[in-house]
Amino acid sequence: MTRTVISSASKDIIIGFDQPFVMIGERINPTGRKMLAREMKEGNYSRVEKDALAQIAAGAQMLDVNAGIPLADEPKILADVVQLVQSITDVPLAIDSSIVEALEAGLSVYKGKALVNSTTAEEEVMERVLPLVKKYGAAVVAISNDETGISEDPDERYEIAKLIVERAADHGIKREDVIVDPLVMPIGAVTSAGRDVFHLLRRLRGELKVNTTCGASNIGFGLPNRHAINNAFLPMVAAAGMTSAILNPLHPGLVPAVKAADVLNGVDPNCSNWIKAFREPAGNGEQSGRGGRRRGRRRG
Amino acid sequence: MSDEDEIILKDLNDADLVDQMKDDLYDGLADEVFEGVEILLERGWDANLVLSDALVEGMRIVGVDFRDGILFVPEVLQCAGAMKKGMGLLRPILAQSSTKSSTGKFVIGTVKGDIHDIGKNLVGMMLEGAGFEVIDLGINNPVENYLEAIDKHRPNVLGMSALLTTTMPYMGVVIEELDKRGILKELPVMVGGAPLNQEFADAINATSYGRDAAMSAELAKTLVGKNM
Repeated sequence: MTRTVISSASKDIIIGFDQPFVMIGERINPTGRKMLAREMKEGNYSRVEKDALAQIAAGAQMLDVNAGIPLADEPKILADVVQLVQSITDVPLAIDSSIVEALEAGLSVYKGKALVNSTTAEEEVMERVLPLVKKYGAAVVAISNDETGISEDPDERYEIAKLIVERAADHGIKREDVIVDPLVMPIGAVTSAGRDVFHLLRRLRGELKVNTTCGASNIGFGLPNRHAINNAFLPMVAAAGMTSAILNPLHPGLVPAVKAADVLNGVDPNCSNWIKAFREPAGNGEQSGRGGRRRGRRRG
Repeated sequence: MSDEDEIILKDLNDADLVDQMKDDLYDGLADEVFEGVEILLERGWDANLVLSDALVEGMRIVGVDFRDGILFVPEVLQCAGAMKKGMGLLRPILAQSSTKSSTGKFVIGTVKGDIHDIGKNLVGMMLEGAGFEVIDLGINNPVENYLEAIDKHRPNVLGMSALLTTTMPYMGVVIEELDKRGILKELPVMVGGAPLNQEFADAINATSYGRDAAMSAELAKTLVGKNM
């Protein structure tokens, strides 16, 4: 039973086969968000703060933080954002950059055990990122591509994931601290993208025994009503064995879809999370109060 | 749709056939587009004219509707597939004809260290739709690959793609090298990719920034002076 623990100073989140699906909020990412990019570059983090709180309120158990802004001091901004988000929330973070210096800047100020997002199987990347993961005692997202690109054959991607897990072990990083990203291609461009991922997830879980994650919002690229595709995709990947995803919890219907998948996959014992979230009809807003009273009475 | 199946392309006059081909292209019907090209060639049409009046014009409409959110990626990929099938007939003829009405040559490739290609491929298809002859260098291209392709193909435009903040500065490296060699003066360079913006494109001295695939094709036409 593989369990990956990611933590902040005061809170552990467990990603695992027997755990509820972990939703990692994707919003703190300036890619494709002009306004956010400009503000972050100017050192104005008010929108970052708002995004952090809104995503947690919506149900995110972790947050991804990315500061990939062209022509900006990414290491400094990423470190700023890590510190800021940790000062206002207690959820663990995924520190997200393709620049190793930025990863290190973020890790050096992080309190707890972070998730490093990410390494690929590219030799140069692995040999720079994995020592950093080891140094800071973090966990790492392993993206299953190498120098030659993203293989269309999911079994080749499996081998690439395996290679990263083995290399991580060489660096003293445990298997449970490697979370594999099987790579989700846009279904609008690759008809088999969904099937390939389901197949790969079953192998990653059954044979390589690793936790998994993905950027869930890619799947519907270029399609109308892409959120509905997302909301169907997440329960399907959860059923195939995926244990976490980087996603936008603010999209209508997404969080209920993931929570329902937890119920159906048997990782929400007694449906207690589900009941807690939805006991009252929508709009009443008294869920927690009622739930607490019932539990109190039963225990008393 | 059964009554539409009744349309016999051979029975249409030239103007109706060309209109029908544009519709078929829009609907991504590769076999029908191929047949249309075949018929026009049999009727003595110049291959250049088939390309410009039927295929490129049809893809122009596709491009506009893609830009406006009426058509979506899988549909555009089907349109591009249909165009490709028609081009299969035209390409050998065009290669031999002395008068070329191609919009221009476009060398495109993802930069070194970067293996993303879906966006680049979409841009390539939109460019082919706009009548460009596209030379696709694939992914992970060091500056030497671009130089070699420029030397070999003498393109009208060079396009580079990057999806990572780590790899996009490499576009600047390529542009600097082109400048050093005096190539940049004559060769417009377009850049694109999710993390980019206009400011970055300006900073690395790129000629223009393609925000998305449809926009890139339009910009490329402007760059070669054939904006329609």
